[in-house]
Amino acid sequence: MNKTQQFNQLLNLADNALIIGHRCSEWCGHGPVLEQDIAISNIALDYIGQARNFYQAAATLINEDPEMLTGFVLPATEDSLAYLRDQREFRNHLITELPNGDWAVTTLRIFLFSAYQYFLYTQLKDSGDLSVNAIAEKALKEVTYHVKWSADWVIRLGDGTEESNRRIRHAVDHLWAYTGELFLQESELQQQWLQKVQLVFEEAGLVIPEKTWMHQGGTSGNHTEHLGFILAEMQFLQRAYPGSQW
Amino acid sequence: MEKTSEAFFQDKIDREIRIEPKDWMPEKYRQTLIRQISQHAHSEIIGMLPEGNWITRAPSLRRKAILLAKVQDEAGHGLYLYSAAETLGISRDEMYEQLHSGRAKYSSIFNYPTLSWADIGVIGWLVDGAAIMNQVPLCRSSFGPYARAMVRVCKEESFHQRQGFEILLTLSRGTEAQRSMAQDAINRWWWPSIMMFGPKDDESPNSVQSMKWKIKRFSNDELRQKFIDVTAEQVKVLGFTLPDPNLKWNKARGHYDYGAINWDEFWQVIQGNGPCNKERLEARKKAWEEGEWVRAAASAYTTKKNKRNTTVAA
Repeated sequence: MNKTQQFNQLLNLADNALIIGHRCSEWCGHGPVLEQDIAISNIALDYIGQARNFYQAAATLINEDPEMLTGFVLPATEDSLAYLRDQREFRNHLITELPNGDWAVTTLRIFLFSAYQYFLYTQLKDSGDLSVNAIAEKALKEVTYHVKWSADWVIRLGDGTEESNRRIRHAVDHLWAYTGELFLQESELQQQWLQKVQLVFEEAGLVIPEKTWMHQGGTSGNHTEHLGFILAEMQFLQRAYPGSQW
Repeated sequence: MEKTSEAFFQDKIDREIRIEPKDWMPEKYRQTLIRQISQHAHSEIIGMLPEGNWITRAPSLRRKAILLAKVQDEAGHGLYLYSAAETLGISRDEMYEQLHSGRAKYSSIFNYPTLSWADIGVIGWLVDGAAIMNQVPLCRSSFGPYARAMVRVCKEESFHQRQGFEILLTLSRGTEAQRSMAQDAINRWWWPSIMMFGPKDDESPNSVQSMKWKIKRFSNDELRQKFIDVTAEQVKVLGFTLPDPNLKWNKARGHYDYGAINWDEFWQVIQGNGPCNKERLEARKKAWEEGEWVRAAASAYTTKKNKRNTTVAA
């Protein structure tokens, strides 16, 4: 992997964590049960922490070699990367930016995505790339909990009441088409992920949808309409008061 | 002659012996505590909303993480306090019902809007600052579970106050626009903050009994004065001003004098006419009502699971 690819990978990891963290943070103060409000805020906090670490690594990389890519505010920082890029430059997967929907969509999204992160970080922590080893190792501990927490909810909702079962099935139908983008090539990662999903779905009484159309575009900067609104809100102060310290 | 239960109880209070949930207590003591602790718990939960507004708009990732952690702490405080109140024989659901129906109150400060980022700084500095002033004496409250919950709450609140002050200090060293954003926020929050100590002593009907029972240790006016004295000094460090032309040091009293508080506004907000009363309550009710099916699913699942486990065991 050359430096540009490495940089893009770091941005993808960081943007994913930031955007799904943003979505989780929207629940803060509005959760269905106080304990779960705390849990999902905690997950949001973990994600923001992961994003910061990956952005810092990306910033170091580009600051060392400013000629590498054009169009970035230099010297880059975690905040310049998060706050001063527009949606076409974001590299997150589409699944992270979709609106929260209800608790079924929210917890299923976290499950599908964090299970992906779990296997990805497991690979990254032992990869040759020193800039991500330590970050992935630390994040893996957090993600392990996210997978467990969200899988528990998927199972509870699947095997709960008629209404919760209907809602989680609807969530599967809605989100599944955004999972293909996580695995653009057939890979071991995808197999591991599928196995995990299969296991949890079985316990929840859910069925993996038949092969279906898969949306893609996030990693090349072709996003849904939702990302623009996230960024408008998130970047407002940095854009309205440029160059200020906060 | 044998002492009555009430005299025995008061004697324990006078000797600073903590009252625990299983101890005998006058019904009015129990009711006063339920009212006060649940009101306090509700304030933590409602208090998440005005600050939560700014999590998605925080101006840096560091600020975002700190604010998120802070608002999450408030949820934790709500949890400790609801648990403390439950030891008195009321359930969390009953307390929610009282909040949602408007029978239970919460701190009226949270009925004011957070309009700019500087408001997050000011809430930490003034609102949490006033809360700490109120709450530190509660760590010695006569009721054990309440006192112990307050010890944990106060530790975290002092971190909240520092982060608020630090936001303002950063703004004070920033651009002209940032400085005026901060001054404007201070102007809007100052009077509501000093109203947080409650009505004047001679208009605070529950105070005398609460002091006798050592639920409360200082009067509203004493705490208010203490807060004003401290804050009038801190604002100088920030290089901002407090919006009270009558605020001045009174050497003879050894305290700051301050201008007249608009008590009409205070009572109006308590009666539901503050800028955000409806929104705050609606947001809580919405979260609760929309969470109904989630709670039902969780409990149905637990029931099924227990049943299955019993079958397996048999």
